[in-house]
Amino acid sequence: MPYIPHTAADVRAMLDRIGVAGIDDLFDEIPPALRVDALPGVPEGLPEMDLSRLAAERAAADGARLNFIGAGAYEHHIPAPVWQLVTRGEIYSAYTPYQAEASQGTLQIMYEFQSMITALTGMDVSNASLYDGASALAEACLMAVRAHRHSQSARILMPATVNPVWRRVARAITEGQGLVVEELPYDPARGTTDLQSLERHAGTDLTALVVPQPNFFGQLEDADALTRWAHGNGALVIGAVNPLALALVAPPGEWGEGGADVAVGDGQPFGVPLSSGGPYVGFMTSRLEHVRQMPGRISGRTVDADGRTGYTLTLQAREQHIRRGKATSNICTNQGLLMTAATIHLALLGPVGLERVASACARRTRELVAALTAIPGVREAFAGPRFHEAALLLDRPVAPVLEALAAAGIVGGYDLSRDYPELGHALLVCATETRTSADIERYARALRGLLGRRSAA
Amino acid sequence: MSEIPADLRYTKSHEWVRTLRDGSVEIGITDHAQHSLGDLVFVEVPQAGKQLAAGDACAVVESVKAASDVYSPVAGAVIAGNEELATQPELINQDPYGKGWILRLKPAAAGAAAGLLDAAAYAAEVAAAG
Repeated sequence: MPYIPHTAADVRAMLDRIGVAGIDDLFDEIPPALRVDALPGVPEGLPEMDLSRLAAERAAADGARLNFIGAGAYEHHIPAPVWQLVTRGEIYSAYTPYQAEASQGTLQIMYEFQSMITALTGMDVSNASLYDGASALAEACLMAVRAHRHSQSARILMPATVNPVWRRVARAITEGQGLVVEELPYDPARGTTDLQSLERHAGTDLTALVVPQPNFFGQLEDADALTRWAHGNGALVIGAVNPLALALVAPPGEWGEGGADVAVGDGQPFGVPLSSGGPYVGFMTSRLEHVRQMPGRISGRTVDADGRTGYTLTLQAREQHIRRGKATSNICTNQGLLMTAATIHLALLGPVGLERVASACARRTRELVAALTAIPGVREAFAGPRFHEAALLLDRPVAPVLEALAAAGIVGGYDLSRDYPELGHALLVCATETRTSADIERYARALRGLLGRRSAA
Repeated sequence: MSEIPADLRYTKSHEWVRTLRDGSVEIGITDHAQHSLGDLVFVEVPQAGKQLAAGDACAVVESVKAASDVYSPVAGAVIAGNEELATQPELINQDPYGKGWILRLKPAAAGAAAGLLDAAAYAAEVAAAG
């Protein structure tokens, strides 16, 4: 069968049969004023050969830059089998099949993903992914409002150290539903949430406190103290974590006495390449007692009539096809493809491999910070433990420095002055396991050359 | 034929109401409702203190087949939800008019339950719905 079933002759025959001169005549009910005859700015189609050439040239224009930017999206080595397997026909789909139980393999992958994520976060239950970390945080806020048995306020305390993009998305999604998101300041010396600032909220009706780990500056928050404070003040705890960091630091399920109530994050560090800002893959976990308030699909393991292991979508009464307008969310398809990539990536690394990658990231970042702060005019913004990012203070505005570095083929980091103007000339840098000592040296040499050229303002 | 006790009041949406001696009311779902839903696996009951208007969704019953809202037949303030149901939702299947009660309410107006269906009228509703 031809891929395009209607030849010109087919179309002509059909039009003749119904007595119409041309296809446009089928649309003559649409007033001319509403028609779009031309699409300005959209060029004519190209043959495949020309298109390949154009795409190759555009890709070359991007160059192979040396990357030291993180800020929510991280360059990691992705083992070749990950995408070799993900692109197999059997699993190459973003969708949960409509007749889900007919696709046992898909359901098993979802189940394995959930198992790995719960193991990593120390939480009881996981769903089978959300769109990205930012929307997962928004869903966690909505879930906390539903799950909290006593709070009437729908107030969420959101540290300023949470990724600014995540904060904006969380506000955009939740404020129309009546949630009140209140920002918490950070300690300017340590770049972590100011525990003192929480005290003015003590005794008020709070729904949840968000705890980022590590936070946007790469700093490790005192998650135990924050969790204890929140639980002591009747608020639920929402962890917003980098899952890779959990190979090294205490997972949300172990924070404080009872652990976080909900934990979310972005699975991008697991098998998802950097690609113009997306797509990413969010994950969401919670304590078992809140599972009926959790959005998203959940695959469960069971046995069939003959006692053989099988997988099934479970707890579907939360979902829109059953609960309609009162569903826990309208998410049912999620990021199946990237969830599959993350599952394979994690399976290849295993717990030991994951810890080695996380340790290498932390080590490379220490090396990077040491190399850059040895340059006159560069110092660390914050003291205290961190994971694989660090905020640095320069003696001059960051943007022109980043431009000059880009001209030298180096992506030097994320300019913090837009989101945190109070920090001054602050730059967020990141080194993952993909950066070598030679890479770090190259960056340091370039920066030294730039900053030495003119004296500080 | 499902059980429809003569001393209770009913709604078309299959809730029952029992007026207690102190004027408060006890609310649950009928034997017919629990039978239609099948085995219950989860019940969400309201918190004490919650103010409800007549017809407000006040609880959720989830069975292996479906999840349904329970609507408050009368206006009032919640005195208590049946916390036993959190771990034993099957109480509604086993004893819908007794241990399977869902919430107790202090009605906003005395005698509000009087306007609801009596057992005969409810039995006619169930029969008519086939």
